[in-house]
Amino acid sequence: MTSTSYRTAEQIGHTEQGPRPLPPLGEQAAAGQPSLVDTVLPNGLRVIAVRKESVPIVELRLRIPFAGTERLHSARAEVLANVLLTGTERRDRAQFDTDLAAVGGDMSAVVDPERLSIGGSALASGLDVLLDVLGDALTGAVYRDEEVARESERLVERITMARSQPSVIAREALQKHRYGDHPYAKEMPEAAEIGEVTPEQVRALHKAAVLPRGSLLVLVGDIDPDAAVSTVGGVLAGWQSEASASVLPRLPELTPGEVQLVHRAGAVQSQLRLSAQTVPRTDPGYAALQVANLVFGGYFSSRLVENIREDKGYTYGAHSYFEFTKDTATVLVEADTASGVTPAAFWETRYELGRLVVSPPSASEVDNAKQYAIGSLLTSTSSQAGLCATLAALGAVGLSYDWLRQQPLRLADVTAEQVAEAAQKYFAPTRFTGIVVGDADVLAPQFRAIGGVVLP
Amino acid sequence: MAAPELHRFTLPNGLRVVLAPDRTAPVVGVSVHYDVGFRSEPEGRTGFAHLFEHLMFQGSESLEKLAHFRHVQSSGGTFNGSTHPDYTDYFETLPSAALERALFLEADRMRAPRITQENLNNQIDVVKEEIRLRVLNTPYGGFPWIWLPPVLYSTYPNAHNGYGDFAELEQANLDDCAQFFDTYYAPGNAVLTVAGDFTVERATELVHKHFGDVPVRPTPPRPSFAEPHPQGEQRAVHEDPHAPLPALAVGYRLPDPTTDLDGYLANVVLAAVLSDGDASRLQQRMVHREPLVTDISVSPGLFGPLDARDPDTFTVTAMHSPEVSEDRLLAVLDDELEKLAATGPQEDELARVAARWAASMHRDHDRITSRTLSFGAAELLHGRAELASELPERIRAVTTAQVAAAAKALRPDSRAVLVVPAAGGNK
Repeated sequence: MTSTSYRTAEQIGHTEQGPRPLPPLGEQAAAGQPSLVDTVLPNGLRVIAVRKESVPIVELRLRIPFAGTERLHSARAEVLANVLLTGTERRDRAQFDTDLAAVGGDMSAVVDPERLSIGGSALASGLDVLLDVLGDALTGAVYRDEEVARESERLVERITMARSQPSVIAREALQKHRYGDHPYAKEMPEAAEIGEVTPEQVRALHKAAVLPRGSLLVLVGDIDPDAAVSTVGGVLAGWQSEASASVLPRLPELTPGEVQLVHRAGAVQSQLRLSAQTVPRTDPGYAALQVANLVFGGYFSSRLVENIREDKGYTYGAHSYFEFTKDTATVLVEADTASGVTPAAFWETRYELGRLVVSPPSASEVDNAKQYAIGSLLTSTSSQAGLCATLAALGAVGLSYDWLRQQPLRLADVTAEQVAEAAQKYFAPTRFTGIVVGDADVLAPQFRAIGGVVLP
Repeated sequence: MAAPELHRFTLPNGLRVVLAPDRTAPVVGVSVHYDVGFRSEPEGRTGFAHLFEHLMFQGSESLEKLAHFRHVQSSGGTFNGSTHPDYTDYFETLPSAALERALFLEADRMRAPRITQENLNNQIDVVKEEIRLRVLNTPYGGFPWIWLPPVLYSTYPNAHNGYGDFAELEQANLDDCAQFFDTYYAPGNAVLTVAGDFTVERATELVHKHFGDVPVRPTPPRPSFAEPHPQGEQRAVHEDPHAPLPALAVGYRLPDPTTDLDGYLANVVLAAVLSDGDASRLQQRMVHREPLVTDISVSPGLFGPLDARDPDTFTVTAMHSPEVSEDRLLAVLDDELEKLAATGPQEDELARVAARWAASMHRDHDRITSRTLSFGAAELLHGRAELASELPERIRAVTTAQVAAAAKALRPDSRAVLVVPAAGGNK
């Protein structure tokens, strides 16, 4: 450091003028309404194309419902997603990448228990190439034996790596605790199951399940929506089936219950994960519920974060958020905390759930959360990628751009009474269940004392 | 969006201001980049620059604790900050109606942050939880950014752990904070960037109104962190108790972007030719053809391209199966570098890199937060915010011969090799 003299912290925090008033907000301009086409092609594929010219790029998201109940479904689906974009009659792995790169493009596929998702982007001038690559894979993926073999090997290694992460360990424990052996709970196959998957099985799965009917394609960017839909219709004309893509069986309602402690020897930090049943975006009470969730733990200025991070220093981040499936939704509450303070953080989290019910959000808490919900929706959909991802998530549960346009108005109308009602209905601690992953040798004594936690 | 026309001016107190107006969406981004990162934190206080970043959110003369977060979020905005080797940034993204409020919030903490013992204690706890989350309790935590520099570098600024040791974080006191603020957080040591939906006239007026009376303070001389390149190959082992598979990191010195930007950009292209996409050289050979690794990636700059001044690190990282030795991986890496050094990449490889760079810059700049931050960092580190928009063009101009020269400079006898064995005895 320099030899210059410096002030004390006390001196730094004060000026002669003293505190100044917060400037008011200015007049907010509305976002422009983009031109948009939302249609269903003859093959049953829903296409949403939006002109958003901010940069000369086009974003693409394809969502194919891809649920399955067979024992090996998850393993086969993982292999399929990892090999889908590596070979057709016209392209090998390197050619896929070469063709995409020529138009500044990228494309990748991932699968989860609900759906197969393909995401991509390219310079807008390369839309035809991007769609050609997509169409080639959807209608002509060949799953070469050597690609299946190599990607299966890599999958086994990646699964091993994933399962060494505390967040994944906690997620798997929570899914098992919430949904038992429902296919929704199996987000990752066992390494041994990957070994049972054959190229023939993957090809058969593609034929049976990579289907246009019931699927959704979203394009957002510097494009002409009508022309883009017409190009899609041409490129994907050969993608045909009378069958519909496979939708996840409806999830059972969550049963409230005690929290399960899952032992992880030597862990210096624990994962706290709680969950309760809520309602989807289509429910008339959703906007009020969204506000209640924000006040509880859904953003930084929430009761939970201000308590367990900013007051007590128990965690780096606490979060409360919704998980949406087709017709249902749950709320998840999570925090990672040092072993020494985990029972205390658990206690405070339960306390904040109870407090949301008995001491419901004040008028200013409600107003702040409403403004945040409205503003963050505006900023998060101000980019092509943000808008594309949002429309894909909405479209996957049957909603359209109109929902996005109306949601700020619904939020603005929410009253403190409605928020209190939503808090009471959905956030009572007795409605929750969950898990804690951590070192049981350290955590058990305090958990035993405070109760509500089943020890291993 | 065409690259926004940039406007810049400097206030009498020395604060540099960059305005990047763009009316395509009614949102604004505001950032302040301070010219101090973890390379400047004092010895015995590892992690202090990052800890201090946390304290800058804890209130200021006009704002009680928690008020900063609440005002940003209740204006519909989001916020964050981050600590890099050579700078620390603070930023908000908000609906455009909140522009003045964001400027007020940044000015208030630049003028008079409220640093108390209680908040310091609280944020030491929070930072320790952050380190447990990101490093101590997770596989490959801090790999390679914490564990590779001490192998490649020998001086404290370049080699030490920027997240910090718990014992040293716990030592931090109010005097450290006051001295750090008074030394490094002067307005003349910062760049304010405003991007998005506003008129230049209005933004200029608001910047003067809120930052104009932040008192001028001496600006510290910019230190040199230069040190000699390593002599010979430096090897070290990092034990990671959670790593399921062995990992390898290789670090080389990059050219100085200030004095040899073209040479630096040749390394950016080289990294992409080596590992960007399935058609890249190392992906094709090491992941698929031979195959030796589960995943491999090559990065120009420990925190990304052009994110630090000299010295910075060209990094290769790989996760691999226990049957493959690190010497085998190094031999293949050297072989590919020798091929590139001999003949350079093909023209079509360069064209692919150029197209992807153009697309990725557009995508990056379409997100207002990224756009604001990239202008601010380029202005602070390289003196030209325009560089952020010009990069694709400059990348396109890189020649085969330049990439060959860059490959030739990545010599086995002047690099760091960090080996992370699998936990539990698997090699």
